[in-house]
Amino acid sequence: MRRKRTSGIPAGAPTLSKKDFESDQDVRWCPGCGDYSILAQTQRIMPELGIPKENIVFISGIGCSSRFPYYMNTYGFHTIHGRAPTIASGVKMANPDLSVWIITGDGDALSIGGNHFIHLMRRNFDVNVLLFNNRIYGLTKGQYSPTSEQGKLTKSTPLGSVDPPFNPISLALASGATFVARSLDRDASHLRTIIKSAFEHKGTSFIEIYQNCNVFNDKTFIQYTEKDTKADNTVVLEHGDSLVFGTEHDKGIRLNGFQPEVVETTNGEYSTDDLIVHDQYAEDTTLANFLARMSDTPDMPHPIGIFRSVRHPCYEDAMTNQVRTARERMGDGDLEALLNDGETWTVS
Amino acid sequence: MRKPVEQIEEATILFAGDSGDGSQTIGTQMTETTALIGNDVATLPDYPAEIQAPAGSLAGVSGFQLHFSSEQIHTPGDLCDVLVAMNPAALKVHLNKLKSNGILIVNIDNFARRNLRLAGYESDPITDGTLTKYQVFPVELTQLTRKALETTALTVREIDRCKNFFALGMILWLYNRPMEYTMKWIKVKYAKRPQYIEPNILALRAGNIYCEATEQFASSYDVKPADFDPGTYRNIEGNMATVLGLVAASHQSGLPLVYGSYPITPASDILHGLAQYRNFGVVTMQMEDEIAAVGVAIGAAFSGALGVTGSSGPGLALKSEAINLAMIAELPLVVCNIQRAGPSTGMPTKTEQSDLLQMFYGRNGESPVPIIASSRPHDCFETIYEACRIAVKYRTPVIFLSDLYIGLGAEPWKIPQLSELPEIRPDFAVSADTNNGFEPYLRDPETLARPWAKPGTAGLEHRIGGLEKSDVTGDVSYDAENHQRMVEIRAEKVARIADELPPTEVFGAQEGDLLLLGWGGTYGAIRTTAENYIASELPIAHVHLRHLNPFPKDLGDTLQRFKKILIPELNSGQLLQLIRSTYLIDAIGFNKVQGQPFHVFELESKIDEILKEIGHA
Repeated sequence: MRRKRTSGIPAGAPTLSKKDFESDQDVRWCPGCGDYSILAQTQRIMPELGIPKENIVFISGIGCSSRFPYYMNTYGFHTIHGRAPTIASGVKMANPDLSVWIITGDGDALSIGGNHFIHLMRRNFDVNVLLFNNRIYGLTKGQYSPTSEQGKLTKSTPLGSVDPPFNPISLALASGATFVARSLDRDASHLRTIIKSAFEHKGTSFIEIYQNCNVFNDKTFIQYTEKDTKADNTVVLEHGDSLVFGTEHDKGIRLNGFQPEVVETTNGEYSTDDLIVHDQYAEDTTLANFLARMSDTPDMPHPIGIFRSVRHPCYEDAMTNQVRTARERMGDGDLEALLNDGETWTVS
Repeated sequence: MRKPVEQIEEATILFAGDSGDGSQTIGTQMTETTALIGNDVATLPDYPAEIQAPAGSLAGVSGFQLHFSSEQIHTPGDLCDVLVAMNPAALKVHLNKLKSNGILIVNIDNFARRNLRLAGYESDPITDGTLTKYQVFPVELTQLTRKALETTALTVREIDRCKNFFALGMILWLYNRPMEYTMKWIKVKYAKRPQYIEPNILALRAGNIYCEATEQFASSYDVKPADFDPGTYRNIEGNMATVLGLVAASHQSGLPLVYGSYPITPASDILHGLAQYRNFGVVTMQMEDEIAAVGVAIGAAFSGALGVTGSSGPGLALKSEAINLAMIAELPLVVCNIQRAGPSTGMPTKTEQSDLLQMFYGRNGESPVPIIASSRPHDCFETIYEACRIAVKYRTPVIFLSDLYIGLGAEPWKIPQLSELPEIRPDFAVSADTNNGFEPYLRDPETLARPWAKPGTAGLEHRIGGLEKSDVTGDVSYDAENHQRMVEIRAEKVARIADELPPTEVFGAQEGDLLLLGWGGTYGAIRTTAENYIASELPIAHVHLRHLNPFPKDLGDTLQRFKKILIPELNSGQLLQLIRSTYLIDAIGFNKVQGQPFHVFELESKIDEILKEIGHA
């Protein structure tokens, strides 16, 4: 069933705290940015993962979120725009024992890095991807992004953006991602739980984090993150539970043919038995796709939690296995024999 | 009765036909056999970009030229002694490469009116007088092969695909070469499809016997083994030598090799070659694009592996931002550029050396990287090994330049002893040496290299990236003076590599009238030309640069010792620009941008012109 990681910490090693994961660099995001919370939750959860911090590597591309590695007192590499998945794949391939974390944003992962994003999911390297989705380009001061709603008014689209957005969850699922989840910058404990689950998943773990950019796209997710509106606008995914939501827990999601719909569970027409029961371990992605599309549908609550978590072989293990098998079959490489391979002749 | 055998010093043969006719196969087999019996040999495959262009068309002609000799040779030859034309299109494309009175073997079974028309011939060149200055041997190659193989179980279509071996059998007879190596190869090649072994061998023998039995050729030729230094030799193509050099560097340094690549002509063979060596710990990653290919190599380098990527010009254009990242992050990285004719997609199956300035300057900001170029197929081994050594020692990306001509060309290679290979020492950082903890940009005072601390090493956790870094600490820095200092240090680090380069090797006169200065795949043509002049005691010399950035320290002084400097290049004068601007010397360019290597006679006519100007009769 679900395999949990074993600790890489040697017995008797000192217990780490959040402070051990804070670097000596000043954090330089705008005051009020959602990134602070994501950083804090990541630093808080790291000691609980049970691995030595020298085995942890944070890799980012370009964008506000991508400054993240500088603030983590682990190994880190702030790379180039959109390419973090490629560099992370190389890091993981060369040393599969490392715990590799990719920090990216909606522009970095889905625009300039879109190609690498889908291929990372498909290869299923055992790495974790935290996508800070704020539906805007922050570092370049406020242009629309591939997750901005159509018609978005920004400096680069004064008459409104004309292209429809990506749904990151749908894209990840379509690319074969084995762990797909969504969380919120404003929900500290949920975020920590999801980050930990991502770590525990063997394979590429993808988390979309709704993150507020209070300077260029303030309140874009407010109805999903604030206390008074959250319950009616989100549905929390728990494996094995019915999809119930609402302040009074009186609403749920049922499938009407191929269409998820919101129903009342207290007016006698439907009961909780009619609702979708979440199965995050389903190999088939049909249910996960239904759930993913809810956030594209007006008046539907946005699912929060783990959409999918399945175990598939990882690229680095398959490749390592090829190396091991080749060595078993042919013996360790003999360079002298290799250079002298094939037809040779000797001049004396 | 055996016909007479005439001793000759050298010969050049060109096999040409449709791209599906197997000219590359029999060319390679002739090369192998010729090398194994001790001749020096150089080859030039010339094939179309289309996998199989329409049969019989000019666009679909594939050629393989080989030159072999009892003397040391450096080029695949200017003009050919023998042309084997499997169809009229092959004849049309390659006839101008055949010497007057040269031997022309044509498969007349393919000279029907339709084939003639496809090749643009109004009338049959065999009978209309076009070929009067050659010795023409029309052979019913298709019919004879069918006859020889009629008892086999193959279909006519399959039989026709064996006719290249009939042609090879003829050429082996003509040059007195044994058939055994080819037979051995056929048995290995078709081990999994044994039904093809016997027919191909039959076709080979039939071609051979045909020459012995018929009155076609009055005599055969023999080229005695060349005089080589003692040692064990094998025949090798440039790309294969690159593969072996990379495996050797990984093996000798103890660094596992991670090769990221995206298929591209003419670099794909490096990916194919390395993929065979998993038992050496070699990991090959065929990525989604050129950027991902260099990305995994950089990531692997950060993790403490030997990260290598390879491509050709268009791929290098895509990789340039990532190479710049490795440059500023100061990580070891080896980037192979097997150049082809550009710009843009250009002519993917033709050679050129026109990416030199791209490699120097094709990145934003000031981005110095060491650049080294291989000059011959076998030289790829040593040069790529040197690229790995420099990358690891100086913690820098290194660009290794090869090209299609040497990448696909083959020649004998004296296999080195492992003890001759220079040491490559990763010298990973294992502990923080200062009171301030680990400082990722605290440099080696001699090489200016920064420490290489791989993830997994306790106490050395640090962050790097593409933002400018503060000297010593590696913290992000926008400080004005720090930036200038870092730009200067990065340039100085690359410049200091020159301190350990051997003195420039001057072939021929050590001072005098004319120095031929070359780099890369033009070595063979320039050296052959230089040898010709030096034999007539003219004060000419040849210097061929392996290290292009930095240049050897004594290069400026060397250039000053000659009245004229001629720089032949297969581009419009790129090394020329660098030499003129670096040394303020009025060097002369000789440039050819046709997708083809230099011919010796082309260089000679330019040199004669210059010699005349400076008063040599």
